[in-house]
Amino acid sequence: MSERILAIDGLCAALSPRGRSADGAALLRAVSLAVAVGEVHGLVGMSGAGKSLITKAILGILPAGIELTGGSIRFAGNELIGCPEARYRQLLGREIALIPQDPLTALNPSRRIEAQMTDVMRLHLSLTRRAARARALALLRDVRIREPEAVLRRYPHELSGGMRQRVLIAIGFACEPRLIIADEPTTSLDVTVQKEILRLIRDLQRRQNTTLLFVTHDLGVVAKICQRVSVLHAGMILEHGATADIMAAPRHPFTRALFAATPRYDAPAEALAPVPAAVLSEIAGAAQRFDAARRG
Amino acid sequence: MVESPGATPRRAALLLRRCVGNYRILGGGSVLLLLVLVALFARQIAPQDPLDQDLIAQLQPPTLAAEGDTAHYLGADSLGRDVLSRLIFGTRVALVVAVIAGPLTALVGTGLGLAAGYLGGWVDVVISRAVDIWSSFPPILLSIMLVALLGTGLTSVLIAIVVIDWTRFCRVVRAEALKQRHMDYVDAALVSGLRPRTILAREILPNILPLCIVLLTMEMGIAIVIEAILSFVGLSISTDMPTWGSMIAEGRQVIYQAPWIMTSALAALLVSILALNMLGDGLKAEFDPVLR
Repeated sequence: MSERILAIDGLCAALSPRGRSADGAALLRAVSLAVAVGEVHGLVGMSGAGKSLITKAILGILPAGIELTGGSIRFAGNELIGCPEARYRQLLGREIALIPQDPLTALNPSRRIEAQMTDVMRLHLSLTRRAARARALALLRDVRIREPEAVLRRYPHELSGGMRQRVLIAIGFACEPRLIIADEPTTSLDVTVQKEILRLIRDLQRRQNTTLLFVTHDLGVVAKICQRVSVLHAGMILEHGATADIMAAPRHPFTRALFAATPRYDAPAEALAPVPAAVLSEIAGAAQRFDAARRG
Repeated sequence: MVESPGATPRRAALLLRRCVGNYRILGGGSVLLLLVLVALFARQIAPQDPLDQDLIAQLQPPTLAAEGDTAHYLGADSLGRDVLSRLIFGTRVALVVAVIAGPLTALVGTGLGLAAGYLGGWVDVVISRAVDIWSSFPPILLSIMLVALLGTGLTSVLIAIVVIDWTRFCRVVRAEALKQRHMDYVDAALVSGLRPRTILAREILPNILPLCIVLLTMEMGIAIVIEAILSFVGLSISTDMPTWGSMIAEGRQVIYQAPWIMTSALAALLVSILALNMLGDGLKAEFDPVLR
């Protein structure tokens, strides 16, 4: 495997033992994830598997009440867990960027698009207002927004969901970061827009030669754009490998079940199989054994 | 570049049109503007010197009353001073208090509220407990105690108002900042490497500002009332400066012989506070992001 830009090793997270639940419930159980330079890496799992938790841990914005209890997150030679705040702030936005999940809430309703786009460029690239504006215009053209000058003057509520997601993608790529984390960027968009947004992200990723960690629950999306994939369930990585291999021959019963539950346009609706309870309970059992082993 | 048809009109023009379209903003605003003009040009408008004692005209009824004459349009008080002129000069104190104490209170309360809501932790605990303790004191008593301690005078009155009422802003702003802190765009700003204080200024404050402006208009009305109360108990400005509160106090002693003194001062108080509250309500309806 070529050089790794992001290496998560044995990451454990739990609810803080403070408060009512004296025994902190485990949320991530020794998650390990390796992302190579320049690849598009898919992180798939059902809701509640811990996908967002991993992205939040990488970005250092874990909500209060959740603690990392072990492991390491290394980004290009920097250990991110326990990284000094000033250093972290230099990396965030500049080297690591986020394309957030919900374009409706990720833009500030009372600021113009121009101000929100140029913030990060003026901070990290030390651009003047004029230069940042010029770059913002170029980026908006890159994400195929027509009349970018007019869009810069708008407030978020004056743009459609697809437009806002394009703006967020432009902000994500603004400083040509080395790693972009895309946290289900297409979930809140309808299918026709999804396709277009995916293509945009992939085009920009190729052009800037960025590494992309693509978080999603949509296997169709994974098949389209990810070279490698890690399957997450109940806070554990069940399997990982090249997308083609895993798609062709999933080894873990959960992955097989997950693929069987994916709707296909050429199959009748009844053919959709829910993930069998037996598989889920087997995984839950494995998780318990893991926790017991870790404590014991 | 040609703008598309759906482009935003100039923001200032839009703002003005919305304000004029709202009868509460228009009504409250015009009354307020009138009061400001009266205060500014008190010397030119007032028919007489508010301190001149015309001992022959003691408790002279207003012009429209049975025994009234045109020397004193709103009658005279127990020392023969012209009630209308005193009313006009009283506007000055009321407005000075509203314009200075209101924003000062807003500044202190908003600052502490933002700190409590955004920083959280022990800062929040200290400030929130202080608010709780403050709210357990009867505000009027607290203000009287404060002025008694600081000595009378305009400055003491202003300080008293700020010290009593900062909690009003603090409570609301804290709750709002707490809500804003968990918004996605604050997270988005955090992960673009902005400093917390930059985020506070750029991401959170603009969303809280409309609320503060609405609260401010209300606070200005409350400041006028507090000043009137302090004047009423004789703890405000020196006696050679006419205030509505002191007029109410003097009028109360002769309420049966000369009800117009107290009535006119109360009416002035009522109108100005009504105007401020109307303006506040109107601004709230137009600009509160929760209602919008």
